[in-house]
Amino acid sequence: MRVAIPIRKKRVNRSFAGTFWMFVFLAAVAAFMALPLVYAINAAFKPLDEIFLFPPTLFVRHPTTSNFIDLMTLLGQSWVPFSRYIFNTFFITGMGVVGHVLLASAAAYPLAKHKFPGSKLIFTVVVLSLMFTPQVTAIPNYMVMSWIGLIDTYWAVIVPAFAFSLGLYLMKQFMEQIPDALLESAKIDGANEYRIFWQIVMPNVKPAWLTLVILLFQMLWGTDGNGFIYSEQLKTLHYASNQIIFGGIARAGVGSAVALILMSVPIALFVVSQSRIIETMTTSGMKD
Amino acid sequence: MSTIDTPSQTSVTVAAGKPAVKTTSWWEIKWKEIKAQKHSYILMSPYMLLFAVFTVLPVVMSVIISFTYFNMLEFPRFIGWQNYSRLFLEDDVFLIAIKNTILFAVITGPLSYMACFVFAWIINDLRPKLRAVMTLIFYAPSISGNVYFLWQMIFSGDRYGIANGFLIKMGVLLDPIQWLKTEQYIMPIIILVQLWLSLGTGFLAFIAGLQTVDKTLYEAGAVDGIKNRWQELWYITLPSMKPQLMFGAVIQITSSLAIADVSIYLAGFPSVNYAAETIVTHLIDFGTIRFEMGYASAIATVLFTLMVGTNLVVQRLLRRVGE
Repeated sequence: MRVAIPIRKKRVNRSFAGTFWMFVFLAAVAAFMALPLVYAINAAFKPLDEIFLFPPTLFVRHPTTSNFIDLMTLLGQSWVPFSRYIFNTFFITGMGVVGHVLLASAAAYPLAKHKFPGSKLIFTVVVLSLMFTPQVTAIPNYMVMSWIGLIDTYWAVIVPAFAFSLGLYLMKQFMEQIPDALLESAKIDGANEYRIFWQIVMPNVKPAWLTLVILLFQMLWGTDGNGFIYSEQLKTLHYASNQIIFGGIARAGVGSAVALILMSVPIALFVVSQSRIIETMTTSGMKD
Repeated sequence: MSTIDTPSQTSVTVAAGKPAVKTTSWWEIKWKEIKAQKHSYILMSPYMLLFAVFTVLPVVMSVIISFTYFNMLEFPRFIGWQNYSRLFLEDDVFLIAIKNTILFAVITGPLSYMACFVFAWIINDLRPKLRAVMTLIFYAPSISGNVYFLWQMIFSGDRYGIANGFLIKMGVLLDPIQWLKTEQYIMPIIILVQLWLSLGTGFLAFIAGLQTVDKTLYEAGAVDGIKNRWQELWYITLPSMKPQLMFGAVIQITSSLAIADVSIYLAGFPSVNYAAETIVTHLIDFGTIRFEMGYASAIATVLFTLMVGTNLVVQRLLRRVGE
């Protein structure tokens, strides 16, 4: 069999027809994926008469910011000042993200770079914990929270987020690729474990930090308190906005505006950090 | 605690010059290792303490509570297997929940897994700029938070819903359909929305995995007689990214068995004739409304077993691929 290897071609084994149809397929599905989000963006700028137009339209004809203005008026009337909800969400998200990155990195470093009694077992348990969702542990978690006295505080959401297991897993896998020689030479220079961790390992895993930041940000940004927070002044932005969104038909326009604001934040964060996240994910594989 | 003698390791003391009267026990060796690595334990302790309290302990507690009658007021009373026998023999709704959960998982699990891979694979052939944009478009739904209400607008039961409006205008329908209140449409709609949401972490892992496949392998493959992209995919790409495939499988399987939010927001809770009841919504029902914690814990334990069991079986299968 004669195989002609084309010179100066980017990839071998690519027929034009195949590439064309794959691209058509990709574009079609991409349109489906983007449709609801495009709809949300347009709905947020629609005047009320366009929202209830028959037949419904996808694109806005006469864009207006009235929904956002209505939103502002609505927020001005809320019992708890709206800035409080914003503060709550930022506090929970900020504390959770910082704490998780620090604790998970500190735990990931020994697991990635040292062998010690129990290390295999611990990592196996962490991997097992990726295999079920938090709903499994919801009831005992509530009991544990009430024993420790964290019910109806920010910490009921923040502290469990510190121990988010996917973050530890990704961080550990990423740290494994740091060359041992780097750590050895630091040790010879007299650095102790904590200094090695803080001054050698941490600066080398910045892409992984960002990944943990965005994963946790998404989780905490969208939290409604997980059933732990009851006091109105402690409730999150997401909870407050859900009340606006589910406020019925009169709120359809304002609801879209809120949704647009809420979802644009994590998406913007992803746009900024995409390449770092992909870099982290290259080491996410499960080896054994 | 008894000590276990390991003859092969007694040489440590022998080498020290003493007669081997006192053998070094397994525990002593371990203790030495632990002491030598004490910094590792110190570094790990804050995370592991929280992990134990908020993940490991609750799983154990859940299993224990599942054998009791517990209403959060009185002290739990041990009742053996009663919760489980009630669950599988008397609770018709739970059987519907199991059926729905498995149906959801069997459809959305493999489909979303394949979708993650196929789209990552096609996107990987694009130029970097376009690749970044496409990655964003496919990944955005999974990070935009609870946008279920968008789908509520699309499948709204009146003429102003996008789906109804469109189909009426096309002449397919005469009257609007109550999409989310009609049993036969609920499942397909939830599956559709769940698929839309499911290109998350697994998808990113695949995108990343594809970029790490050694490019020279493809050229070598072409020389060795690989003729088209499908052979390339099967013989080079897939075996090269097995670790990512296994990681992606865990993520997709776990989330496909945990479908609940989409069901609650779209179909309501409880849904029409329990058409969208899943194990998780059943758990929420008994845990947060009826306060039958023993019974709810039994549901949680079944869910846990199902999730971890499925994952372990699939891991074992995937490990065999290409061997």
